[in-house]
Amino acid sequence: MSDAVEVKTLIIDEQEVSARRGQTILEVARENEIYIPTLCHMEGLSDVGACRMCLVEIKGSKKLLPACVATVFEGMEVSTNTERLKQHRRTILELLFAERNHICSVCVANGHCELQTLGQEQGLTHIRLPYRNPQLTVDASNERFTIDHNRCILCTRCVRVCAEIEGAHVWDVMGRGINSIVITDLHEDWGSSSCTRCGKCVQVCPTGALFDKSKVGTDHPKNPEFLPYLNLMREAQ
Amino acid sequence: MSKLKLATVWLDGCSGCHMSFLDMDERLIELAEFVDVVYSPIVDAKEFPDEVDIVLVEGAVASVDDEKKIKKIRAHSKTLVAMGDCAVAGNVPSMRNPIGPDAILERAYIENATVQQQIPCVVVPKLLKVVRPIHEFVNVDVFLPGCPPSADTFYAALTALVTGEPLDIPALTRFGA
Repeated sequence: MSDAVEVKTLIIDEQEVSARRGQTILEVARENEIYIPTLCHMEGLSDVGACRMCLVEIKGSKKLLPACVATVFEGMEVSTNTERLKQHRRTILELLFAERNHICSVCVANGHCELQTLGQEQGLTHIRLPYRNPQLTVDASNERFTIDHNRCILCTRCVRVCAEIEGAHVWDVMGRGINSIVITDLHEDWGSSSCTRCGKCVQVCPTGALFDKSKVGTDHPKNPEFLPYLNLMREAQ
Repeated sequence: MSKLKLATVWLDGCSGCHMSFLDMDERLIELAEFVDVVYSPIVDAKEFPDEVDIVLVEGAVASVDDEKKIKKIRAHSKTLVAMGDCAVAGNVPSMRNPIGPDAILERAYIENATVQQQIPCVVVPKLLKVVRPIHEFVNVDVFLPGCPPSADTFYAALTALVTGEPLDIPALTRFGA
């Protein structure tokens, strides 16, 4: 096998682009400044295709593919912003809003929330589905951070950053389907878990599910920019 | 041209949307060229009129009284605007939904009362089991999210509704704005 980089050419939104073999559609789109909305994807973490926001259409395929995990092939024709995709994206967001208790006006992440921003960007003005209003807990046992399950969208960024970057793997997902929740250790209180209190999970959380207790009210921007930098530094070593 | 009939209604909300509406300040005078306020918490009409062109509804539907009102409002209005997050999404009033109305009444009228500990059964309307946005009860024509929608949002939206110009709501406001 040769070490030479294998180049693929494909079309994204009628634009001819080239990619390296093994690259995802999302990577190639971003390199070419073609916008695909994402929610569970985070620069510097592995991709899991959990949220389905980045679904794209591939010519010749009936299936929609998540751009964050689908890799390119020669001659691929990708559409990222068709009416069908826009409708699916809106529905996905509506499902997320209806699933748990997202009360933007009193949320610590109001104004800094990726779910809220995406809702506005995708043209959501109301939720057509009935709200589920589940009874969920808030764990404030950690001295620095709180988890509010009412705001969690199960993107698993916290799980991934804890396992892949911090190397602690304190966070994981418990339960199945709609009953899934993120847990610390074997569902122990966050405060008495093996958490290293690094706070990376808080910074990558797209909503107000994970927040820093020292921040007041809605003044809570997240700063996940450290991730690609950290990875770069590690690779350089 | 005769003026359009504008009504505003206050269901289960904090009146903040009405405050924000009033924050349009001198632009209210400009709007008064096009509309007459025929029913509102801030005017002296007691009954919802038979024919209203535009109605702005603040607040979620939380009681049997709210439910009755919203159905009457819908029946007598051409354009119904869900004004603010409570009307659009339930918002703060809906935060009682996971625990139910009994727990709320118990807390307010028994646990936190120092005298006359009793849950009201007359005059105060019965609470619904779940607080819901108004579009789960009636057809809504325009959704104006925000907590509250800003005065600028109100002005842009009302101007568009009065003139019939297109209205791009996500460009103006969002949930929690």
